[in-house]
Amino acid sequence: MQLTDINKTFGGRGADAVHALKDINLSIKSNEFISLIGPSGCGKSTLLRLVGDLITPSAGDVRVNGKPAHEARLKREYGMVFQQATLMEWRTIRQNVELPLEVMAWSADKRQARARQMLDLVHLAEFERHYPWQLSGGMQQRVAIARALAFEPALLLMDEPFGALDEMTRERMQLEVLRIWSQTHTTVIFVTHSIPEAVFLSTRVVVMSARPGRISAIVDVDLPQPRNFETREDPRFFEKITEVREALRRDEARGAALRAATS
Amino acid sequence: MNQRLERWLPALAVFIIVLVAWEGLVGAFHIQRFLLPAPSLIWTTFWRVLPDLALATGYTAGNAIGGLVLGAALGVLVALATARWTVINEGLMPFAVAVNAMPIIALAPILNQWFGLQNPFSKISVVALLVFFPVMINMVRGLTQVSPAALELFRSYAANEFIVLGQLRLPNSLPFLFSALKVGASLSVIAAVVSEYFGGTQRALGQFISQRAGLFNFPEAWAGIVVACLLGLGLYGIVVAVERAAMPWRR
Ligand SMILES: Nc1ncnc2c1ncn2[C@@H]1O[C@H](COP(=O)(O)OP(=O)(O)OP(=O)(O)O)[C@@H](O)[C@H]1O
Ligand SMILES: [Mg+2]
Repeated sequence: MQLTDINKTFGGRGADAVHALKDINLSIKSNEFISLIGPSGCGKSTLLRLVGDLITPSAGDVRVNGKPAHEARLKREYGMVFQQATLMEWRTIRQNVELPLEVMAWSADKRQARARQMLDLVHLAEFERHYPWQLSGGMQQRVAIARALAFEPALLLMDEPFGALDEMTRERMQLEVLRIWSQTHTTVIFVTHSIPEAVFLSTRVVVMSARPGRISAIVDVDLPQPRNFETREDPRFFEKITEVREALRRDEARGAALRAATS
Repeated sequence: MNQRLERWLPALAVFIIVLVAWEGLVGAFHIQRFLLPAPSLIWTTFWRVLPDLALATGYTAGNAIGGLVLGAALGVLVALATARWTVINEGLMPFAVAVNAMPIIALAPILNQWFGLQNPFSKISVVALLVFFPVMINMVRGLTQVSPAALELFRSYAANEFIVLGQLRLPNSLPFLFSALKVGASLSVIAAVVSEYFGGTQRALGQFISQRAGLFNFPEAWAGIVVACLLGLGLYGIVVAVERAAMPWRR
């Protein structure tokens, strides 16, 4: 996947225009696991939505497997998990997981079997006949993850998918996502606010800074695969965490200096 | 079952208290029966005039239901077209909202003349017109006020417009539609009865009430009014039952 000179401005040309992304260049190989981390409002979601062709860049070019993002979307190569679960309240939990399969015209048998399998994976099998309002926020988010994984998309775009989960569930879901990632050879772009999570999951961590949103550092995480509980105890795991934290802090200091200079 | 009883108990208590107070006040102050007949008198009168009343109620209920169904169907169809083409939406919605705020019932005498006093369609059309606007306006809202995140989800699946309509917009509009239909159920009986006040066949609830009232036969007029109230409640209840069946995911 190739992002070339991406710029994105929201709003008109006036004073209220927001320069959300500035000169983003990023090249992602197939089967990479990329995390985006950075302060709130730095354009992580915007970047994800650009890759998924939900919005178009003001300038620049997004290519996925050699195709424009638009074509990749029409070929249904994206699985998306948003910050909110976005379940259809009129569908049962299983029907919600079946939604993308239904859109893609799978047979009812195959749909049902796959949905059951995915619900097993996120430990919600016994809730298949419930409606979304009967589930907690974290459970709803797991349904959304199961739904995104159900059709084995080539590219998985996840926007803070574990924000609503408790620590234990979160760690289990991290391992699940890693397992699915290694089994299905998908490429993952993962937005998070947690530095350990970013380091634990990723092959590379992309650090962004705000106003305008830029890539300020890229940290290679060459910890051994597959990652497991031992990874969290590896001294190099902590070194990488420190490296990402310092990249974020450098940005903050630079931002503060800039604000002091302009005021 | 017990819970349901508990929920209805306060309403039932109020109803009985009102009836008893009404009966008591009429007796205590010797209110003339042509001004306000006591509930007991309305009750006995009701059974005496039942054959006539049943015939009239059947005719009026038919007009109310026919108009309700016709108006709702047209409202949904126009809403589907309106929500699909934004040009129509922007051109039509301001008028729809404005017309909906007008007393459409005032058109009843004119529609009576257009379609003929004896023709039931002169009444059905008033009902349909009154039901049409709230249904259409609410339906357009339900079809268009979908969550942007859900729209993006369908976009990420490269879902076509029919799928978005069937799987997102239509289910999303059901609560909007049914709240309009509940308003419409009450409006339909009001419209049917009031349009009958302006003339038409004798065997109609509106005629039954206005004739009896004209002859100062208030107990019989009141019996007709009570039946009209029950008819409105009945239609409302039917809409609520259909709503429950159509939206099983609601608590
Ligand atoms: N549709 C939009 N219209 C106008 N401005 C927008 C829009 N979407 C995002 N922005 C602006 O772009 C900037 C980046 O927003 P974005 O949602 O990408 O941030 P983020 O990094 O995902 O933040 P968070 O971590 O809080 O989710 C913000 O300043 C936001 O106000
Ligand atoms: Mg965001």
